[in-house]
Amino acid sequence: MKKEKIIEGLLKFSALVTILTTVGILYVLLSESISFFSEVSIWEFITDKEWTPLFVNKHFGIMPLVMGTLLTTFIAVAVALPIGITIAIYLSEYAPKKFKKIVKPLLEILAAVPTVVYGFFALMVVTPFLQSFIPGMSGFNSLSAGIVMGIMIIPYVSSLSEDALSAVPKSLRNASYGMGATRLQTAFKVMVPAASSGIIVSVILAFSRAIGETMIVAIAAGQQPRLTANPLVPVETITAYIVQVSLGDVAHGTLEYKTIFAAGITLFIFTFILNNISFYIRKKFKEQYD
Amino acid sequence: MENKLEAKNVSVFYGEFQALNNINMKFKENAVTALIGPSGCGKSTYLRLFNRMNDYVDSFRMEGEILVDGNDIYNKDVLVDELRKGIGMVFQKPNPFPKSIFENVAYGLKIQGIKNKAVLKNRVRKALQQAALWDEVKNDLDKSALELSGGQQQRVCIARALAVEPSIILMDEPTSALDPIATAKVEELIHELKKDYTIIIVTHNMQQASRISDYTAFFYMGDLIEYNKTDIIFTNPEHERTQNYITGRFG
Ligand SMILES: Nc1ncnc2c1ncn2[C@@H]1O[C@H](COP(=O)(O)OP(=O)(O)OP(=O)(O)O)[C@@H](O)[C@H]1O
Ligand SMILES: [Mg+2]
Repeated sequence: MKKEKIIEGLLKFSALVTILTTVGILYVLLSESISFFSEVSIWEFITDKEWTPLFVNKHFGIMPLVMGTLLTTFIAVAVALPIGITIAIYLSEYAPKKFKKIVKPLLEILAAVPTVVYGFFALMVVTPFLQSFIPGMSGFNSLSAGIVMGIMIIPYVSSLSEDALSAVPKSLRNASYGMGATRLQTAFKVMVPAASSGIIVSVILAFSRAIGETMIVAIAAGQQPRLTANPLVPVETITAYIVQVSLGDVAHGTLEYKTIFAAGITLFIFTFILNNISFYIRKKFKEQYD
Repeated sequence: MENKLEAKNVSVFYGEFQALNNINMKFKENAVTALIGPSGCGKSTYLRLFNRMNDYVDSFRMEGEILVDGNDIYNKDVLVDELRKGIGMVFQKPNPFPKSIFENVAYGLKIQGIKNKAVLKNRVRKALQQAALWDEVKNDLDKSALELSGGQQQRVCIARALAVEPSIILMDEPTSALDPIATAKVEELIHELKKDYTIIIVTHNMQQASRISDYTAFFYMGDLIEYNKTDIIFTNPEHERTQNYITGRFG
């Protein structure tokens, strides 16, 4: 009895610590941002097309950072989505069980490689390689960073999508094969639709991961806030900006310093929305199945 | 009547375990054949041989021949997908796709490349009528099949199998998840269908076997003990084991 009480207490305590940490982070983010927005209007923050808080001629338009973030993220997802889903379908519908057992954890290693390694890989290998046939490409660019980030998030898509496909009742696959459907038809007409919510959730998670990724973009995409959709020129993402200021010599408490909290809360809003979408889809999916 | 299906010296193994021992059996065309026997005797294994659904079991191995219309379906040249298009299967548990009723029944037709809307509509309607479900669902064809009752779901699955107009239907305990009323409907349906189809049905329900089948085969531990006209099996079986099983005196 006593032992159970202690364990229960410990569990409660850990839950509390997690919640308190989240609340604490939110508190700091919010209070610093509020103080930032008392000096810079939200309107300016959203509509100004330049982000130059560290220059003499200061502009506080977040859009260049948002654009840099979205550009690298979309490139990453464009790489990870088709490859990840193809792998998931192959593993769940075609590959022998033994092969799957070996390959799935191997793929997951991709997500475990330190991101700083990916960053240098993008900068030192991928960019020079791409430059050899894209002449105008800068040394820092969102394309290589995005591609390499895409490789990193492949296992998020492939593993979670594979889980979703494997969770589809076997009886559905049998029903389809029994009708004379081929493996390919069964995969695309029955399995993928039946697992669609899980697959979508996996993609959203990969999205979230790419938006928050810092090291790769900080190293390989550059540190020049620029409102552009051109993947060949340097850009700066929200995360890379936060690192730049955190590591720099900006004095604490100044407006320049507070910009990282405004940028941080923007990032937070993005991931918060994505998490909620995936939560909502998961909930709906559960209802549909029982 | 001709022999539609035939098993010749068929033995099945799952790894080291032998599930069926040298089975020889001929199935009459346009007749209902019931497979009965205690749990684990190999009925489902046997049934699944005829549309090669055991192929997906890694440890599965078969010896002998299974002939459909005189052709060995385990021959290397046989296209398994094509074979299955002519053989419908209804499973023990209703397994509709998480799609609309219409999409479920139209599935096999679409697999076969039929795209014409009018044709699809007609065939879906006909199949649902055959499965005695049309009147209940004709106004909700776009509703998800998962929202139906278990008995209705099973009839959707039967309609799905019928829609492609196969010549053979394999049923593995199709009514075990159904209530008496739905069961009666499915039994009536099987009776109707036998005009055009060759039906093999696995059942644990002795009354059902005697009511709906023309022939009955009794299996015991992988052996075919007795195979005869249903009324003979149920009134005057040759083997004591059969007698004990159908009368429920089974140890
Ligand atoms: N995939 C499999 N792998 C290994 N052994 C299997 C497999 N499927 C069936 N068996 C074995 O083969 C034997 C026959 O199984 P089968 O499912 O054909 O029996 P059944 O007569 O249909 O039983 P029930 O009436 O319970 O459905 C059983 O002993 C079972 O354990
Ligand atoms: Mg069985």
